[in-house]
This record gives sequence, C-alpha cells and structure tokens, in this order.
Amino acid sequence: MSPTRQPKISIKTTERCLQPLVLSQETIAVEVKDLNLYYGDKQALNCINMSIPRHRVTAFIGPSGCGKSTLLRCFNRMNDLVDLCQVRGIISLEGKDIYDRKVDVAELRRRVGMVFQKPNPFPKSVYENVAYGLRIQGIRKKHVIDEAVEWALRSAALWDEVKDRLQESALGLSGGQQQRLVIARSIAVKPAVLLLDEPASALDPISTLKIEQLIHELKDRFTIVIVTHNMQQAARVSDYTAFMYMGDLIEFGSTDDLFTNPHKKQTEDYITGRYG
Amino acid sequence: MKIGLRQWVASGSPWIWLNGAAVAVCVFMVIGILLLIAVRGLGHFWPSDILLAQYQIKDRSSRIIGEIVDREQVDAQQLRDAGFVIENQIDSLPRVLLKVGNRDVTGTDFIWVLGEQLRQIQYATYLFAMERREWGNFYGILHAVNESGQPVATNIDDGDAVVWQVLKSRIARALEIREQIHTIESQTIGAINYGLEQLRLRTRELQLENRLTAVESALIDEQRHAYQEQYADLQEQLVILYTSVERDSLVAETMDGRSVEIKLSKVVRAYRPNTMSWLDKVIFYFNKLHEFITEEPREANTEGGIFPAIFGTVMMVLLMSVLVTPFGVIAAVYLREYARQGTLNRLIRISVNNLAGVPSIVYGVFGLGFFIYFLGGNIDQLFFPEALPAPTFGTPGLLWASLTLALLTVPVVIVATEEGLSRIPRSFREASLALGATKAETLWRVVLPMSTPAIMTGVILAVARAAGEVAPLMLVGVVKLAPSLPVDGNYPFFHLDRKFMHLGFHIYDVGFQSPNVEAARPLVYATALLLVVIIALLNFSAVAIRNRLREKYKTLEN
Repeated sequence: MSPTRQPKISIKTTERCLQPLVLSQETIAVEVKDLNLYYGDKQALNCINMSIPRHRVTAFIGPSGCGKSTLLRCFNRMNDLVDLCQVRGIISLEGKDIYDRKVDVAELRRRVGMVFQKPNPFPKSVYENVAYGLRIQGIRKKHVIDEAVEWALRSAALWDEVKDRLQESALGLSGGQQQRLVIARSIAVKPAVLLLDEPASALDPISTLKIEQLIHELKDRFTIVIVTHNMQQAARVSDYTAFMYMGDLIEFGSTDDLFTNPHKKQTEDYITGRYG
Repeated sequence: MKIGLRQWVASGSPWIWLNGAAVAVCVFMVIGILLLIAVRGLGHFWPSDILLAQYQIKDRSSRIIGEIVDREQVDAQQLRDAGFVIENQIDSLPRVLLKVGNRDVTGTDFIWVLGEQLRQIQYATYLFAMERREWGNFYGILHAVNESGQPVATNIDDGDAVVWQVLKSRIARALEIREQIHTIESQTIGAINYGLEQLRLRTRELQLENRLTAVESALIDEQRHAYQEQYADLQEQLVILYTSVERDSLVAETMDGRSVEIKLSKVVRAYRPNTMSWLDKVIFYFNKLHEFITEEPREANTEGGIFPAIFGTVMMVLLMSVLVTPFGVIAAVYLREYARQGTLNRLIRISVNNLAGVPSIVYGVFGLGFFIYFLGGNIDQLFFPEALPAPTFGTPGLLWASLTLALLTVPVVIVATEEGLSRIPRSFREASLALGATKAETLWRVVLPMSTPAIMTGVILAVARAAGEVAPLMLVGVVKLAPSLPVDGNYPFFHLDRKFMHLGFHIYDVGFQSPNVEAARPLVYATALLLVVIIALLNFSAVAIRNRLREKYKTLEN
C-alpha cells in the first residue's frame, strides 16, 4: 500500500468507546478490542469493543448500513477481499488475535464458518456441496466423508429430505432447503464459530421458522453470531443482542434485557420502531 | 386507423423492419453461397449421359463422343471475328462444353463446340466411359477384352452384352489385386521401412554416443536382416501380383476411330451411363461421393478423394484446441484474478485484443521463424541428433501448424474466458473462501468449472477461425500431397512431425495449381462444401458440449 492511501485515523476519545460488557457467567469465544475499520478514507466501524460468549447466539441488529455485516465479516476476515479495506484493533478467537501476521486465513475460515444472505450452494450435487470443505482439507477417505456429510445434514435437519437425492444437483432444492444445505456445508468442517449473515431474509416464513429452530439446536455445539434486521427474529433466537448504529456499537447486552429495558435512547427508539 | 409518418418512426417499427431486412439479406447470402457451391460441387459426381454426334465444321464432319458439362451463350460478333459465318440478325449462339476425355490420345479433355455444329445427336447404349488411374476419363466404344494379348470376348463374336459382362468381372478382379498390392505396399512395407529407419537411427545414435559395441551392432544387424528377408518375401509376392494385374486389357475405339488397348490395371471403374436406370445412377452417385470422402487423391489431386485433407484438417483443429485451451485459460485467470488491475494490466489486455487483428500470414512467418527454425532446430540438436542433417522437428509439420494456429486464436479464448470469470457471482467465491479454501482452490474447484461454458465459447470461436485459416499453414506444415497420414499403425502412432494435407490449401491447390483446370473446377466447389460442412460439424459438436456444460452449471437466476 502506498502511503497516500493511508486513511486519516481520527483518534477517538476513549469515552466514546463502549467498554465491553462483563459477562462473568460466560466463557468468551471471540473478543473484540478497539476495532476500527476503514473503507479507503471512510470509517465504517468506530472503536468496537465486545465479547461474544461461547455456545450462545449473539445477534447484531441495527438499520441498514450500520456496519453489522461489516463487523460480522471481520470475524472470518472476509473483509480482506475488499480493496482498500483496513482493520485496526484486535479480534481474538479463543485468545489468539486473528489479524496477526502469522495467522493462516484459510485455517481461520475453517474455524469460523459463514452463511450468507442468499443461499449459495455450488452447482454440484448435494453430497459434494457438503463434502466440499472436507475435500479442501485434503480428506480423501470415503467413509470419513460419508459420515461427516450425514452428520452435517442431520445436524442441519435436512437429512430426511435429501437422503435419497444426495447425488442430484443442489440447485434443485428449494430456497429454504438450500440455505439449510449451506449451513450443513459450513458445519461439516466443525467450525468453532458460525457466522450467519441475515440467513433467513431471502426465505419464506416456514423456511425461516425452520432455520430459527435449527439455530436453537446448533447453539449447543457452536458459537453463533447472527446478523438480522428483523428484531422479532433477534428476540426469538438470540441470547445476547448488540445494537449498532452508524458504525458504533450502541448497546450490547442479554437479549431479554435489551428488548425489555434498553439503556440507551437510540436503542429504545429503534426497537420500538420509532426510528426509521 | 391511420398513423402519421412521425408516429410510425417514433414507434420504432421502421428499425424493426430494417433489422428484419438485414437479417433476411444475410440469410439469403449464406444460403446462396451454400447452394452455389453445393450445386456446382455435388453435380460433378452424377453420371451424365454420353453423347455421340457428328461435328460439322464447314464441309468437314467428324465424330464426337463425350458428356456435356456446361452450356453458355456466346456473342455472335465474337464468332464472326473468329471466322465463323453467321447470319446478321443472330446476336448470340449456344455453345456447349464437352468432356471428351482420352487425354492420352487427343491431348485435351474438354472442347467447346457450337450447338448448331452438332448433328445427328444420339445417346447410344453401347457407348461407355471409364475412369482411369492416369490420363483422366476415357470415352469410346468397347470392342474386346484381352487376356495376355489374346481376345477372350469380342463384340463381333460374342455380342455387346457378353463383352461388357466379361469386362466388368475382369475389372473387379484387377481392383481386388490392386487392393492387395496397396495393402502390402502401404502397410506392410511401410512398417518395414519404418522399422529399418528406426534401426538406422539407432545405429547412428549409438555411434554418436560412442556406445556402438559389437554386441549391439550384431543385434541391430540381425533385426535388419530379418526385416530385409521379410521385404524380399513381400517383393516376390508383389512381382506375382503385378504380373497378374497386368494380365487383362481391353480394346476400344475412340471418337476419331482409333483403336486403343488399355490395361485393366489402369481402370478404376467402367460404366455405361446411357443404359443406367435412375436408381443405378443414384447408387453410382453415392459410390462416387463415398470415394471422394474416403479415398486418397489421384492425378495431381484432380481425381479421386480428399480423405487425407479431411483427416489433416480435423487433426490440426483438434490439436489446436487442445493446445489453445490451457494457454488461454491460464492467461485469462492470471489477468483477471491475480494481476493487479492497473495500467500494465490494461496495456496487456489491449495487446492481447490487438493480437487478434494481426494478419494470419504474419503468424505463419513467426511460426516458421520461431517454432520451426528455432524451437524445432534446437529440439533436433538435443533429442534427434542421429537423424541430422535430415530435420525431424526442424521442418514444417502438424505440431507446428497447430501451435501457430493456437497462437493465432489464443486472444479469442482469453477474452471469452475473462468474460466468463467475471460473470461468476461473488457469492460462490465467498462461499468457497468462507469454507477455508484458498484462492487457488476456489478457482480450481468452483470458479473454473462454472466458467467452462464461457471457455467453450472461446474454443468454438477459435475452432471456427482456425479451421478456415490457410495462409499461415502454407509456411508451417501443409503440403499439396502428403505421403502418409499423421496417425498410423507405427509406434508411437501419432507423428506430429509429419506434414499434412488441409482442405483449405487443397482448394487453392486444385483450383489454381492444377494442370487440368476444367476437370478440377467441380472438385474445388465440392471441397469447399466439405470444408464448410466439417467446420460446421466441429462447431456443432463444440456447441453441444457447451450446452451440456451450461445445463450442468446453470445457476438459479435472480
């Protein structure tokens, strides 16, 4: 990077940074410290501090463009793919900074799976979709892959629907099935953290319900972070909720607390719908 | 309802009509071209009736036998200038082109005669035509069939029908023997020659490396001896076959009354078109067409088939596709996925696009200079020193022709592949990356498979361009007559160093380098038609493959 592209970092006063909520009763999976993110000269995330508890569902809510997806994509370094994107600060996964020079990004992404807004199964068979992550890891043994595929599909509550059509194209599945297939594909490599970027926004209510049930079932085994702009969904599925606005983390707390007793005016305005 | 002109223009209808008209004109032109070459080319194989007439010039009258090939109107003034006496009120007269054959007797195959000079025209059943291995067709009247110089059947003693039957069966016998001779000469002796050449090269190689021991030498001599013995045996067989094939001959009368004796070994087929039924003619026609497609050319390419040219064209195009695809795809992947998108990248892209506009003969010169003289010359020095000074790869050949054309068509593949790569939705790349795949793995497992339809589009365009290219090929490997095909039964089966024949060059050669232009003209059209058909077939198969891939990798739209 040439020096001219360096963004002008405006040093924020510490009081603007929300100090992380102390979650004494939880084990922390991901710790975010003083995270600033810039797209070129534009700052997209301002001094984020938060702790994401292990084996819980954490939801990010907030209006469009508030930076919740950007923050989510920091956790598996998907922002690396964006030109001119710079990240300052520390995100530690199980105690290790993921933005450290020595970190193998591919390895990191194996441990932090991600599901996108639109179902994006590969144009391969159902089986090959789920086996993809395993094959990338160099696993060749058929019985190992067979087992992992079945386990992942069962965990994603899809096995009964697709067990007879494993070799058919994944593109023949319905949208909801495709999204669960994508979830199965992500969990087949047994990640520690599962990032869900508005996973149900392109789905019908029944499929959405299934995904939500699935999230419930999966949280015993994975740390789940979900971005949603549907507040009811956040209230239904998450244990903790973070409200973001204009690149700031406004409030972070247990879901019950945040929805019933918001501490900040902005949060209250947003969840009561007063805020457009 | 009346619409004003202005409204009509505003509605866009004139443009639709204009577009429709343009498309119609294009379609008509394409169909017209195809029809023209089809009619001109395919008519050649039809057995026309043989005409017998008195040819009257002033007071002299002579007999003429031949088939009508072409008719035209000729300006009367032109004829008057040439010394013909023609009445004043006549503007033009019909003139016919007759194929009279018998080049060995009369010196010309074709003559133009004025229609009115032909008197007493008849299509007698006893007239016969004969295709020969040399001197072109023969037209005349059959008199007798001889065996070792003695007549076995004559039309005076035995009648016309009997002589004809005898001739037919004897020609069949001669053809069978020729077939045996051909098999021995081209395959068995070919293999022996190839073996002997390999032994010679082996000896030379050992000599060059100073490893030619007495044991090795004896071994090679032994093998050589075995080959030579085999060869001597075959030679004996051949002598017997040659005497046997030369046994029969026929006696026939030409149109000017001369009697000639022709060996049956020189005859390809004899037929009497005037007695043939419509069905016979159809069968004859398809036999000729089959021969055209499957046989080797005869008589400086003006007779026989064009199989080696078809084979060479297809081989070259296939080899070119195999070479150009990895080249183009790798270049496109680098340009699109890895190279920094800056000025240099843009410059490279512009250069690549401009490469497509370089005249093809320039590629030929480059191929000759770089591939053949430089690369081929060095390969010969390094790997085939035993054959020097005779070049192995340092001479025009199939491999270099394919490489040159691959270079010529690589911009098309690059552009098409880049287009394909840019169309893969980001979500697929992200999905793969999010699963822990590296960029290269993502490319190899997701992006490239999904771009195969686009890559195939590039290959289709490359094939279309390469199959029609002739100019560069003349410099890098095409010859007018190749002694052997680039694929045969001798190890290693594919001989990419060999020169080959090509339909495009064949058209040029037959049309413009032939000693017998009138005879060659229909073949030019027929070959052109075949070239078009083969390019179309190559393209259709590539399109079929692409469509299957598209079906496989189609993503849900929206």
